[in-house]
Amino acid sequence: MSAVTLPRIESAGMDGWLVRLFGVIDEANMPWILALVRDCEAAFGDALVDLVPSYTTLLVVFDIDRLTPAQARLQLQRVLASLTPDQQLKHAEIQELPTWYDPSVGPELERLAEQAGMSCADVVECHSGAIYQVYALGFAPGFAFMGSVDERLAMSRLKTPRKRVPAGSVGIAGRQTAAYPMASPGGWNLIGRTAAMLFDRKREGFSLLQAGDRVRFVSVSKEEFVRLGGSTLAVEETS
Amino acid sequence: MSGCEPGLRVLRSGPLALLQDEGRFGVRRLGVTQGGPADIHAWAWANRMAGNAWGAAALEVTLGGLVLQAERDLRLAVCGADLNATLDDAVLPLWRDVSVRRGQVVRFAQPASGLRAYLAVAGGFQAEPVLGSVACVVREGLGGHDGNGSPLAEDDVLMVSKSGGRRAEGQCAWRDVPPDYTAVPSLALIPGAQIAEFDGPSLYAAFHQPWRINERADRMGVRLCGPVLHCRLDRMISEGLGLGAVQVPPDGQPIALLNDRQTIGGYPRLGALEPLACARLAQCMPGSEVRLRAVSAEEAQAEYRRFFKSVTEGDLNAG
Repeated sequence: MSAVTLPRIESAGMDGWLVRLFGVIDEANMPWILALVRDCEAAFGDALVDLVPSYTTLLVVFDIDRLTPAQARLQLQRVLASLTPDQQLKHAEIQELPTWYDPSVGPELERLAEQAGMSCADVVECHSGAIYQVYALGFAPGFAFMGSVDERLAMSRLKTPRKRVPAGSVGIAGRQTAAYPMASPGGWNLIGRTAAMLFDRKREGFSLLQAGDRVRFVSVSKEEFVRLGGSTLAVEETS
Repeated sequence: MSGCEPGLRVLRSGPLALLQDEGRFGVRRLGVTQGGPADIHAWAWANRMAGNAWGAAALEVTLGGLVLQAERDLRLAVCGADLNATLDDAVLPLWRDVSVRRGQVVRFAQPASGLRAYLAVAGGFQAEPVLGSVACVVREGLGGHDGNGSPLAEDDVLMVSKSGGRRAEGQCAWRDVPPDYTAVPSLALIPGAQIAEFDGPSLYAAFHQPWRINERADRMGVRLCGPVLHCRLDRMISEGLGLGAVQVPPDGQPIALLNDRQTIGGYPRLGALEPLACARLAQCMPGSEVRLRAVSAEEAQAEYRRFFKSVTEGDLNAG
């Protein structure tokens, strides 16, 4: 696959094309992918069924009542020919996720500190001191894969995933970080919990985070976390 | 909800019964899955037999066990799997509309053939849409009769439209031979971009040898057991997954992804099953066999269009 020239439009069933823009994960990919999202929305209009942006690709699902695969492909070729990166992204506001970092809600915090040869406070400072980019949403509604965490904080997933990770849990897997919008099974290393409501069916747009967003975790006290509506129930108590 | 009244009460819940409309679209970029009927063919025909336009919410009954009582006179149709359904003590005929009087009991026993039956009522089941759809996705807590993704439970009441159910019985019956879910199906697959990354013997085996349905089969996906497929790619960067995508993890045993699949994934893919192949696969018992055959996206579209036309013909409300 490394030998192919990009971008490439790949078959994804009778009603979809996958546009492969890049071969590797890079923060610089996102302005191009978001531009492609924007231009596909404009070009396909009502014939668009779904778009799924991810790290290096965009899946475009179209209405077969309106377009044949060949017509949809031609449309994509036109869009790609005039694609320019979305410069607004650089100036996009930073989404802040108020997070309480504590071993009771982040059972891997101490182990991560030990592995990194840092204090827990240093881990918190390191994790909350960076601005992350949302590369993709997936796994669950509103679950945003963000990167990249400082390489000292990189940690592979738990060998045995938890049956139940509480809503709001902030975790690390490899060099990615994320927060669980709702309780679910999960294998990420948990270091804290955010009070932010990540997915709300009553909110316009539903998901707090979207692909391309820039995010900062803001370390808050337990009191502040509770004031913002966070649940302090320890991870073990909820499983 | 105005214009609605109680239609059916759950006397006993089976393993899984879910309300499904066509599915949830336009929100997949948020990580929200598609949902909708695992067997769109039987779901669409149940709605058609009940006199509904394309897209009305119907009940997907998996494996049987469900017992319902009519809260009012209504007309319904059951299509799909033969779950030995009865109306009071009589056999409930499939693939046609049936009149049910208030107090009568519809009972699904266990599968004789197929896995999933679809029960549609005239006027359609009514529920509050969540993110634009009533499709019930348990894992996400979205949709269904209560909006929170709950499967049907004892004492739940399904609401129906007050205006439904005016046509005479027997007017709408299946004109073809119903599908035989016990036959070995040949599932149409549109080859995908990584097809050339599989070695020659693997590709030959994929399309010439039978595949057995594993027990790990649900609305997210169906695991196929058979020849081990070798792919030069081990893992890829996660990317969007369409309905029917057939991914091959490093163990070489493919997984066909269905309606409740995760929205992105990072295994190489053989390609994508066409929607009607997904529908047929959703009726396959664990342990049974399927075969794969390659088709073009154009052929798949043409077949789907024929199906859509036949199931909506003469239906002025068809989408």
